[in-house]
Amino acid sequence: MDVVSDALLWLNDPLNWTGRRGVLALAGEHLLISVAAVALAAVVALPIGIWLGHRRRGGAVTVVVANTSRALPTFALLTIFASAGLFGGSATTLAVAIFAVPPILTNAYTGVLEVDADVRDAARGMGMSAWTSLRRVELPLALPLIGAGLRTAAVQVVATVPLAAFVGGTSLGSLIASGLALQRYGEVLAGGVLVAGLCLAVEGVLAGAQHALTPRPMRRRAVRESA
Amino acid sequence: MRVSAGAGTFAGMIPVRALRAATEPANPWLSWDYVTRNQDDLVRALSQHTTLTFQAVAIALVLALPLGALAHVRPRLAGPLVGTAGVLYTVPSVALFAILAPWTGIGRTTVLIGLVTYALLVLLRNIVVGLAGVDPAVRDAARGLGYGRMRLLLTVELPNALPAIVAGVRLATVTTVALVTVGVVVGYGGLGQLMFRGFRSRYHAEIMTATLLCLALALVCDLVLYAAGRAIAPWSRAGRTA
Repeated sequence: MDVVSDALLWLNDPLNWTGRRGVLALAGEHLLISVAAVALAAVVALPIGIWLGHRRRGGAVTVVVANTSRALPTFALLTIFASAGLFGGSATTLAVAIFAVPPILTNAYTGVLEVDADVRDAARGMGMSAWTSLRRVELPLALPLIGAGLRTAAVQVVATVPLAAFVGGTSLGSLIASGLALQRYGEVLAGGVLVAGLCLAVEGVLAGAQHALTPRPMRRRAVRESA
Repeated sequence: MRVSAGAGTFAGMIPVRALRAATEPANPWLSWDYVTRNQDDLVRALSQHTTLTFQAVAIALVLALPLGALAHVRPRLAGPLVGTAGVLYTVPSVALFAILAPWTGIGRTTVLIGLVTYALLVLLRNIVVGLAGVDPAVRDAARGLGYGRMRLLLTVELPNALPAIVAGVRLATVTTVALVTVGVVVGYGGLGQLMFRGFRSRYHAEIMTATLLCLALALVCDLVLYAAGRAIAPWSRAGRTA
């Protein structure tokens, strides 16, 4: 196929990898935006989710947040933020961060909520305050699920960032956007493969990290909820 | 002298800026005027969006039902099937459209293939989970009555898994409605097309109207499917399984 050889040719050209708009720089930018977005979402969603789970309230809120975010197109939020006067990078980060909130929120909430009531009782019976019980008992037990939520969010963010290339954000998606604009389909194909590869790599690395960081007896629980 | 000249130019700039602010047309996010004037465009985009969604979910369902049943009847195939689905699901839609575009071209076919792929994964997962969640006692009872594997699947397990399957269809439909907008990448994104046009021409009302229509479409589809699920499986409240 002509396009495939074009794509291979493009990928084999070292000039396409280095430089200010090279693959490496774009991938760096891509990951930078992703990290910023996940961090932003975590700062907002983790305390709320943990607190709601600890107080055993707000289940309806998390469900509504999750369902609305499913129906709201990412592309809509990207165009809204981009035309509201935010610059490429910050508009992308903000829009993508909003979509990273639901998985983090839901998993933090479920994780803390599902801590065995007997364990909580035992902690309080030992004289722990609510805060100490949360910090020393409930949070450690909820960590596998919280980690799974962060991983889901991170993979989703890395997958969503390329879309922002069409409204001015810089990432590996820029290759696809410019390739389509110039009708250079080899470049489009190369960009698609690179984006897909990055996402699969991030998913693999995070899955490995999660597995390594989870204490052995708690691994089953994390696997069950990570989907 | 110099001071007055500076003040002069500075004073001279103010009217220009004020004039520009005054002549710059208002750019509200919500405008009924936009809706009435662009009714044809909106209807066209909405119908494109709706037909794409229905087509994608219908095709995905036709493919997912036998695949899900196969994964259920042959548990050894379940792992690879759902695993492959998971890997495909990780590939972002933008990348999938970009990989497909050179072959299937710019337009409806490419978007449809992408949408079917993602809906298929959501449906497959829910069907497998739903079939696995059938009460073992019910299955045992049917087997005790002499039901064969096929009859058990078609007359006992599938009806029992119906609420979970309906939940899967609802989930797939809502996500597909949102995903259609990504079709702008290959120039066929339904309401996403309007969002993109609004972004390029800095027309806020166009972006917002398309966004709200998208949300409304998702909500209406979800409610209709919920009602349909209640109608075909009245014995159970259609609960979300996955």
